[in-house]
Amino acid sequence: MQLDQRLRFDSYVVGAGNRLAVAAARAVAESPGSVYNPLFIYGGTGLGKTHLLGGIGRLAEALHENLEIEYLSLEEFVDQLHAAISAGQLEAFSSRYERVGLLLIDDVQFLTGRRETQAALLKLFERMQRAGGQIVLTSDRPPSGISDVDERLISRLSGGLIVDVTVPDYETRVAILRANCEERRIVFRGGVLEELARFSFVNVRELQGALNRLVAHQAAGIEETPAPAPAPADRPTGEFESFLSEVTSVVQQHVESWQARLTEAAEYWKGEGYRTAVLERAVSLPKSPDVAGLLATFSAAVEHLRDLEKTACSVDPSLGSNSVFRDPERMAQAEDLVERALAGETPPNGPSTEFDRASYDVGSSNQVAVHAADAIVAEPGVKYNPLVLHGPSGVGKTHLANAIGNALAKGNGTPVTVACVHAQKFIDELISAIQGGTVERWRARYRSVGALIIDDVQFVAGKERTQDEFFLLFNSLVGANKQIVLTSDRAPAEIPDLEARLRSRFEGGLVVPIQSPDRTLRERLFTRFLTAAGREADDALLGVLSEPSVQSVREIIGTVNRLGAAAEASGTPLTAQLARGELGMATPFSGGTAVATAGATADPVFLNNEKIVWEWPDVTARVIEDFR
Amino acid sequence: MSLVNYATREITCKIVYYGPGRSGKTTNLHYIYGQVPAERKGKMVSLATQTDRTLFFDFLPIDLGIISGFTTRFQLYTVPGQVYYQTTRRLVLQGADGVVFVADSQARQLGENVESMQDLHANLVNYDVDVREMPMVIQYNKQDLPGDLIMTVPELEDHLNFRNVPSFSADALHGPGVFETLRAISEQVLRKLSPTSGSNG
Repeated sequence: MQLDQRLRFDSYVVGAGNRLAVAAARAVAESPGSVYNPLFIYGGTGLGKTHLLGGIGRLAEALHENLEIEYLSLEEFVDQLHAAISAGQLEAFSSRYERVGLLLIDDVQFLTGRRETQAALLKLFERMQRAGGQIVLTSDRPPSGISDVDERLISRLSGGLIVDVTVPDYETRVAILRANCEERRIVFRGGVLEELARFSFVNVRELQGALNRLVAHQAAGIEETPAPAPAPADRPTGEFESFLSEVTSVVQQHVESWQARLTEAAEYWKGEGYRTAVLERAVSLPKSPDVAGLLATFSAAVEHLRDLEKTACSVDPSLGSNSVFRDPERMAQAEDLVERALAGETPPNGPSTEFDRASYDVGSSNQVAVHAADAIVAEPGVKYNPLVLHGPSGVGKTHLANAIGNALAKGNGTPVTVACVHAQKFIDELISAIQGGTVERWRARYRSVGALIIDDVQFVAGKERTQDEFFLLFNSLVGANKQIVLTSDRAPAEIPDLEARLRSRFEGGLVVPIQSPDRTLRERLFTRFLTAAGREADDALLGVLSEPSVQSVREIIGTVNRLGAAAEASGTPLTAQLARGELGMATPFSGGTAVATAGATADPVFLNNEKIVWEWPDVTARVIEDFR
Repeated sequence: MSLVNYATREITCKIVYYGPGRSGKTTNLHYIYGQVPAERKGKMVSLATQTDRTLFFDFLPIDLGIISGFTTRFQLYTVPGQVYYQTTRRLVLQGADGVVFVADSQARQLGENVESMQDLHANLVNYDVDVREMPMVIQYNKQDLPGDLIMTVPELEDHLNFRNVPSFSADALHGPGVFETLRAISEQVLRKLSPTSGSNG
C-alpha cells in the first residue's frame, strides 16, 4: 500500500492534544528500531493517526536510504498472512518481514478475536524486533481496550511506547484551518476561521468538512454573477427569437447615445451608493453635453469624496456613514466635516433626544435615582460624580441617563457637549483608534466633553486596554468637575473582572439602584402608555393592570399593546373585565365593589399609596398564620 | 407617451394595428401571441363581440427583456375596424408610437380599405400628429386567397401606399408576413430612440 504523499510532518499541525505523539513519531522516524519499539498510537477516528504513520514513513524514507518500509492496514496484513499460510509459505513470509526495517500497521483494533492471526503476529513481532525492525501501530483504542487479544501480544504491544492523540483545542483548530486554507490557497475574511473553530468538533475530519462547506459556499458566492441577459441572439429557433434579436440590435444601435452612457454611469454610481442627481439632470438636457468630461469630473469627485471619507474614518469611524460623503454636490460640506474632524472638534455621540426627564415617571422604585439625577442637573460634577445607575434591563436606566444628558447639554445658558455612548461602542471606537493609530485623537475627543454618559458600563469589564483608557479619562473628567453618569446591569461590586481601581472610583460617587417598577409607578406607567395609545385609563382598569408585578417597563408597554390589540379584535372598549380575561387573571370575589381593596374604589382620602397594602399574602398562608 | 424613459430605463413601444373590419388585425396578434414564449407575453386581452368581432380593442403586451440596460416592452393594440367604433379607434390610437395598417387584399374590400386609411389619417390629425412623422407599415393580408378574389400587391400599393411606406404581403392566419410586418414597424419605431427625440417623444 502506498503512503499518501500529502501525509507529511510539515503538514501536521501540532497542538496540545498530539504533541507527545508527534515527538515520539519523529524520534521513531529518525532512528527506527532503537527508541520506542513498538510505538503504539491510539485515538479517536479522524484525529490524524494515519497522518502520523504517513509522516513517519516519509521522514524515515528521506533519512534512511536503505531502510525497507512497509505500510499497510491490519486487514491487508492479515490477508497476506492467510495467503502465506495457505500456500505453505509462512516461513518465507516471516523472513520477508524480518528484513523490513519499519513496519507501519494501521487500525490494529481489528485484531479482536483473531487468535491465529494474533499468534502469527506475535511471533513475527518477536522476530522483527530481534532483527532491529521498528513497528508502529495505530488503533482507535489503547491495547488494553482491544477485546479478546492474547495477553502476550498486549504486553508486547505495550512494551514500547503508547501515546494517544486527542481532540485539538481551539487554538490548534484555528491553526489547522489556517494551514488547510494556505495549502489550498483559500482566503477568508478575518474572523471566519476563528468563528468556525469555535464549534466543538469531534475530530479534524469534521472540522475539515465544515471548512469545505464554507469553501463551497464562498465559491458559490463568488460565482454568483448576475443572471445572463435574456434572449441570446444565437437561438434563432422561432420567428419571435429572430424578431427579438433584430429589435435588440436596433435598440443597441439607437440607444447607445450619450444619454445611455450617462444613465449607465449614473446607475453604476448609484449602485456604489453615490447620489447622481448631477448626471440625471444632464440626461434630461436637450442637447448632448460633454459626456466624457462630465463623467471624468464626476468620478474624480467621487474619488475625492472617498479620500475624505477615509480620512474622516481614521479620526472617527462613526463619520464613515455620513451622507455628505455620498453626494458630490455637497463636497464643500464633506471637506468642512473632515477639517473639523481633524481638528478634533467632532464631538462624540450625544444623548438621544427621544428621552427626556418629563416623560420619566417616578415611583418609589426609582425615586432615589431620579432625585440624584435632578441634583446632578442642578449642579453637574459637584454632588454625585459619578452617578452609577444600576438595575435589571428595561427599568429605565438608559432613559434616565439620556434624560440627564439632555438636560446637561442645555447647560445653564451655555450649551455643553455631552458624550453619550454605549460601552460597546466606546470599546469599538478605541479598537479602531488603536488600529488606525489615532488613539491620541480619540482621547482628545472624549476629554474635551463637558459630561460623559456611558451606558451598560459592565461591558468594559475584562477589557484591559479599555479599562486603562477609561480610568485615565475618568480621572481627567472628574478632576475637571465634569459630570459622569454610568449605567450598568448590576452594582459595580458585582461586575466580574472590573478592575478594582475603577470599581472603587465608581463607588466613590453615588451608586443607586433602579428597581422593577413598584405599584405606584406601574399605575402611572400604565396611565401614560394607555393614554398614549388613545385608550381611557379608568381606575378599575388601572387597578387590575397594576396588580401583578412586572420586571421592567417594557413589560408594561407589551401588556398595553396586547390589550389594545385584544380590545380591537373583540371590538369592545378596553375595560377591567377584558384585561382580566386577556391577562388570565381570576375574576375577583364579586361580592360587590366594596370588597375590592384595589385602590380603584377606595375612598380618595385613604388613597395613599404608601399606606395601602397592595399585595396580600395568599389566603392559605393567612389561614395558617391565624392557626398559630 | 414617452417611448424611452431614461430615468426608469424603460422602453415602451405602443404599436396599433389599424385597418378595416375583418381585415385580420386580431389574427395578426393571435399569431404573434402564439409565437411569443410564455414567460415573455402578458395575457392577451381581447374584448370581442358575440360575433367574434373586436368590440373595443385587443391588447397584447410583450416583454422583450433587458436590451442595452433598458427594460423593453411592446404593447400591441388593434382597433375595431367597423366604422361605427370611431371613438374607440381614436382612443386606442392615442399615444401610438407606430401604426400597422392591415389591408384586406380582397378586391371587393378595396373601398373599405381606402375609407379606413382616410379614417386613420383623420384620427392622427385629430391628435396633432404629423402623419409623415408617424412610423407606419402596410400589410396586405389574405394574399393566400385565390388570385381571382384578391388584388395584387402592386394594385393595392397604387390605391393605399401613397406615402410609400414599407409594405408586406401576408397570410396572418398561417403566419407568413406577420413577423416581417412587426419587425419593420418595430425598427421604424425604435429609430426614434435617436438622441434628438429625447425623453419626451
